[in-house]
Amino acid sequence: MINVKNLHKTFGSLHVLQGIDVTIEKGEVVVVIGPSGSGKSTFLRCLNLLEQPTDGEIIFEGINITDKKNDVNKQRQKMGMVFQNFNLFPHLSIIDNITLGPIKLKNQTPEQAKENAMSLLKRIGLEEKANNYPAQLSGGQKQRIAIVRALAMSPDVMLFDEPTSALDPEMVGEVLEVMKELAAEGMTMVVVTHEMGFAKEVGTRVLFMDEGKIKEDAPPSEIFTNPKDDRTKEFLSKIL
Amino acid sequence: MDFGFLSEYWYYFVSGTVNTIVIAILTVILGVIIGTGIALMKISHNKIFKAVASSYIEFIRGTPLLVQITLFFYLISLPEFHIFGLEMERFIPGVIAMSVNSGAYVAEIIRAGIQAVDKGQMEAARSIGFTQGQAMRYIVLPQALRNILPALGNEFVVVIKESSVLSVISISELMRNTNIIQGAIYRPFEPLAITAVIYFVLTFSLTRLLGYAERRMRTSD
Repeated sequence: MINVKNLHKTFGSLHVLQGIDVTIEKGEVVVVIGPSGSGKSTFLRCLNLLEQPTDGEIIFEGINITDKKNDVNKQRQKMGMVFQNFNLFPHLSIIDNITLGPIKLKNQTPEQAKENAMSLLKRIGLEEKANNYPAQLSGGQKQRIAIVRALAMSPDVMLFDEPTSALDPEMVGEVLEVMKELAAEGMTMVVVTHEMGFAKEVGTRVLFMDEGKIKEDAPPSEIFTNPKDDRTKEFLSKIL
Repeated sequence: MDFGFLSEYWYYFVSGTVNTIVIAILTVILGVIIGTGIALMKISHNKIFKAVASSYIEFIRGTPLLVQITLFFYLISLPEFHIFGLEMERFIPGVIAMSVNSGAYVAEIIRAGIQAVDKGQMEAARSIGFTQGQAMRYIVLPQALRNILPALGNEFVVVIKESSVLSVISISELMRNTNIIQGAIYRPFEPLAITAVIYFVLTFSLTRLLGYAERRMRTSD
């Protein structure tokens, strides 16, 4: 589904991504872990070109999205993204946050979009918040809404950029719960996170990144019990 | 102190005040149009647009309004004609000069207002699949407007005060009419005192009105 070839990214003299090669198949839940500054967020943000790669190719559903002639806006509709800081639109109500994309980009009627949004809200138990504004919600609620906003576009893959890092500890659970359900439904997911419990339990594959490279790529059962790479061992021994 | 001249000359104050207000309104409208264009050029990724916008802003902010007004007056020479008793050959260059001047300040207000919107907003909009333009229109600009409107109100107040400089090219706004009265009655102080009060009433009531509007806008959040 996503095929990354020799991906490089530099910021000035900083070589953040130093040749990433990875293929993500439909239905996989790929968890990206690694120390801060290892380039995992940059890697994720390159997948939907929020960061423009310096070199390399990203093929999404058979289309080379790094091609200069390609209009990435079409593919972004198929790649939902959830941010660390939620990034809900504060000037719009919850329902408008969710329906804006489907109405403007997928030509849904406001009624259709609203109906769809309400059933999504129901799933996360926040349907009574439909007419509230983001400022009136807790962090955990905001992040669940942000997930729903991305889902409303019916994406083929969901990208999560440290979705629980900005949350109070007691709100982490409710967000992870929504992500688990999503994974159980077979959604393809790429998740950058420090939640090792989530990686173990939900991940089908774990990528360990360090210094702009993927050092190890293995199923969680393997990487957590029997890491091959020395740097992976060191990292895991510190956090587990 | 003798305000007896008012019975004969009161109308000069009234017409001067009306003209000052008309000039200020026109200037703010044109200034916002110019300022929006310049601001969008300045935040665009096009190097030429950026350079043009920056030069414009630097030049206007780096030269006195008095110089700009006289410059435009000699630059735009029109035949004499009147509309509503206003001498258009002076009024038009005057208002253009004021608008060009205000546009530079408005451009900075708008640019700052747009850039004050969290970068994550643009990213979230783009990640959904909105184009740069759509993201601006639906997400960034509505939020920027909340930063821009109060500052724009202040610019209106500044324009009312600065329009007094237009008296140097004899546009019959409030300051120019005051000069006429001063010359006619051979007393400089009293007409000027009245004019100062009129300017103050104009700007003070406007500031109050804007403060009220701003509070209303904030409570609707």
